[in-house]
Amino acid sequence: MSDRRDIELIAEMVPPGARVLDLGCGSGELLAHLAAHRRCSGYGVEIADENVLACTQRGVNVIQLNLEEGLAMFEDQSFDVVLQLDTMQHLRNTEKMLRETARVGRVGIVSFPNFAHWPNRVRVATGRMPVTKALPYEWYNTPNIRVGTYADFEVLARKDGLRILDAFGIQNGEAVRRWPNLMASVAVFKFERG
Amino acid sequence: MGSVGQVTPQAMQFAEPLPLKSGAQLRDYALVYETYGTLNADKSNAVLVCHALNASHHVAGTYAGEAKSEGWWDNLVGPGKPLDTERFFVIGVNNPGSCFGSTGPMSINPATGQAWGADFPVVTVEDWVDAQARLMDRLGIVQLAAVLGGSLGGMQALSWSLRYPQRLRQCIAVATAPNLSAQNIAFNEVARRAIVTDPEFHGGHFYAHGVLPRRGLRVARMIGHITYLSDDAMERKFGRGIRNGDFGYSTQEVEFEIESYLRHQGDKFSEYFDANTYLLITRALDYFDPAREHGGDLTRAFAAASCRFQVVSFTTDWRFSPARSREIVKALLDNRRDVSYAEIAAPHGHDAFLLDDPRYHGVLKACFDRLAVEVGT
Repeated sequence: MSDRRDIELIAEMVPPGARVLDLGCGSGELLAHLAAHRRCSGYGVEIADENVLACTQRGVNVIQLNLEEGLAMFEDQSFDVVLQLDTMQHLRNTEKMLRETARVGRVGIVSFPNFAHWPNRVRVATGRMPVTKALPYEWYNTPNIRVGTYADFEVLARKDGLRILDAFGIQNGEAVRRWPNLMASVAVFKFERG
Repeated sequence: MGSVGQVTPQAMQFAEPLPLKSGAQLRDYALVYETYGTLNADKSNAVLVCHALNASHHVAGTYAGEAKSEGWWDNLVGPGKPLDTERFFVIGVNNPGSCFGSTGPMSINPATGQAWGADFPVVTVEDWVDAQARLMDRLGIVQLAAVLGGSLGGMQALSWSLRYPQRLRQCIAVATAPNLSAQNIAFNEVARRAIVTDPEFHGGHFYAHGVLPRRGLRVARMIGHITYLSDDAMERKFGRGIRNGDFGYSTQEVEFEIESYLRHQGDKFSEYFDANTYLLITRALDYFDPAREHGGDLTRAFAAASCRFQVVSFTTDWRFSPARSREIVKALLDNRRDVSYAEIAAPHGHDAFLLDDPRYHGVLKACFDRLAVEVGT
C-alpha cells in the first residue's frame, strides 16, 4: 500500500477537509498526503516504535496503541473517515476491529490483499500456498493471519450490517472494477453503518 | 553531543504577592533558575523544563569545582542533544516551596524573622505554573516554544496548557497522570507520616532546634524509590543478592543488596533534602486534578488547551502507568487537539523518564526538530 499510486487511489476516496483516523498508519505517508493535498486533519494509530517515530518526524499526529485492544480511546462517530489499510489481515480480532471502525467513523475504508486474485488461485490449484508480490510470505512466516477475498468481505459486511458505498480492486496501481475478485491483488471497500 | 558546560544559577526577586490556590499569598519571594543556550531576537525559542519531586532548576551542565554535578536531565539537554541548546534557550526554574534556593520552608518568614518551617503556605502545581509564568514575563518571553516535564514536572507542563494556552506552542508531558490514584496518594501519605512522626521533626520547626528529621526523610525516600523502579528492574539489579555472602541471621543488619541500596539512597537524600519541602511537594502531587473543577470530566478540563501535545509513557511504570497517560490523550482527542502519544516499552519503571532510551529520546528530538523549524532557529 506504500505504492504512490495506491495511496492516491485511496486518498481520492477521502472527502476534502475530512477528519481522519488511520489505523495502522505506518510511517504516516497517507495522512501527510491527505493533509497536504486535501486539507484533512487527524491521527494515525501505530504499534511499531519505528513507525511512531517516523510519524512524529513527519509531523503527523500518531497514537501508539495495540489495535487488538480495540478503540476505547475514540468516541462513536468522532471521525469523518476511519482508514484501515493493509492492516486488517494482521489482526486477530478482525471482525471486532471492523465493527470498531464503523463505530468510530462515519465512513470506513479498508484495503487488504485479495486472496482470490487469479495467480493465487493458480498456485493453490497446484497444491501450494501463494507467494506473490502482494502476498510475499511463506505460510509459516506470514504476518497475514487473516487471509480473505474480495467476495468474502462482501459476506462479512452484510453479516455485520455494513452498507458498502464503494468497492473496487487495485492492480498495478490501477483501480479494477471489472471482476475485482479475480483480477485484483488488493481489495478496497468504503462503507458505513447500515 | 556535548555538555552545556559550567553553569551558574541566577535569582529573580518578586515583590508583588503571588496569590495561591489555597487563598493565601506568597510575598517577597525569590525564584532561582538556570538558562542554557541563547534567546533569539524574537524570543520564540525558549523551552521551559519543569522539575519533579526531588529535582531543581539545575537541569543540565555542571558547577565549577563540583564533581558529579551534572544537571538531572543532562542526557537530554545540551549541544546536539534532543533538546539542543544550540537552537533553543532552555530554562530550569526551582519552584517555590522547594529547598534549592527559591523561597521555601528554609527561608525566613518576613512576618516572624524565623524560618518558615511548617508555616510555609501550601503550594500547588497551579501556583508553581503561575510563578513560572511571572518569571517568563520578566524574561520578556510571551510564548514558549515548549514546556516539558516528567512526572510531577509533566503535571506542570499540562497545567501550563490549561492556564496559559496561548503561551506555549507545545506541551511535552512524560510519565505523568491527570491526577494521583488512591494508591499513589497512599505512598505519599506513608512518606509524610514517616517524616512527621520523626521525634526530630518538631512539628516542622526543627530548624530552631538545630536538628533534622533524617530518619523520617530516609524512610520517605526508601518508599519513593521502591515505586520508581519496576519489579523486573529491581530483580535484575539486586535479585536476592546477599551483602556478605551468606545469611547473618540478623533482623536489623543489612542482609540483602536491595536493603543496602535503599538505605544508601535514604541516607544520601536525608543529607540534602528538606523535610518540609518533601511534605509540600507530595501534597502538590496529591492536589493536582484539573478535572476536579469540571465535575471530574477531564475532557471538559482540556477544552481550555490549544497547543500541540506530545505525551509519553513507559510500559513498566506502575507509579504513573500508561493507562493514566491514555486518559490525557483521550481527553485531548475528544477536544480535537493535536496530540501524539508514544508508549515506550522500557524495563526501568518510572525512572525511565530520566534515562536515555533511544526510542524515547528519538520522539522528543523529533518534537524539538519540528519546533526548531517553526520558530526559525
